[in-house]
Amino acid sequence: MDLINQPLPWYIAGPLIAITMLSLLLIGKNFGMSSNLRTMCTALGADKTCDFFCFDWKGQRWNLLVMLGAVIGGFIAVNYLSGSNTPEINPEVINDLKVLGFESAGSNYLPLELFGTSVFSSVKGIFILLIGGILVGFGARYAGGCTSGHAISGLSNLQLPSLITVIGFFIGGLVMVHLIFPLIF
Amino acid sequence: MKSIVYLVIGIFFGIVMLKSEAASWFRIYEMFQFKSFHMYGIIGSALVLGVIFIQLIKRYKIKTINGEQIHIADKNNSIFRYLFGGIIFGLGWALAGACPGPMFTLLGAGFFPIIIVILGALLGTWFYGLLKNKLPH
Repeated sequence: MDLINQPLPWYIAGPLIAITMLSLLLIGKNFGMSSNLRTMCTALGADKTCDFFCFDWKGQRWNLLVMLGAVIGGFIAVNYLSGSNTPEINPEVINDLKVLGFESAGSNYLPLELFGTSVFSSVKGIFILLIGGILVGFGARYAGGCTSGHAISGLSNLQLPSLITVIGFFIGGLVMVHLIFPLIF
Repeated sequence: MKSIVYLVIGIFFGIVMLKSEAASWFRIYEMFQFKSFHMYGIIGSALVLGVIFIQLIKRYKIKTINGEQIHIADKNNSIFRYLFGGIIFGLGWALAGACPGPMFTLLGAGFFPIIIVILGALLGTWFYGLLKNKLPH
């Protein structure tokens, strides 16, 4: 029983993600989480604003169920399968983050400076999370997929557009962490 | 009945995202600092197996449980949308520390400020829809 409380090592987690993709393929669906954002926009009425959202969103019900499952999975993992929830990140990274003002580095699953409930009363914190989300949502649709659709499904299928997208993910991530973080934190 | 299958796949995926720490902002930061193999190991090993799965499906023309051909849509040949869309996504991924799957897992895990990220992601998706015809693809 102790084993299920341990974090999953990469060499278990990676294959389990591939199995997630395979399971969906075998029931005739594609692994792609960001499509749910478009579906939710339509369900919330965005189809009245532009054609991009005019599609039968109920046909995407299966993917919304996968998404709902991902929510439940998070709940189960935290409440029933967790010992320590603190990732053992590189001590150098912990030091770097403390210099940037992330005192919670090395002692929490997520930085409390951004994901503690006190962030709801911080204009800067709300702004950062909102902008981060907007970039993720916009970029995923512009590129036609996110980490699951491009980095896992697309690259597994050796598709060049997915390789270009993943290179883009890294350019964006590196610019954010190395050039923009020092300016905003 | 089929609904349960989708739900179970999602639950499985959510548990893997949380327990592998792929849903941790710290792991994403560490990845972009090249200070740990962890995230590269996850994506790399998923890909090794993923490539094998897809090759097997193609070689043996494996069908879905309903007997249909497995179809993975080809993507358009374009560089611009993939590169720039990817860069915009990457900027957000590093800032919010979550991509569209883990976002929902973190909500279930009780990190409620992630709602702001989800709201942002919905807004970003909507903005894309509004601007789509004006953007180079």
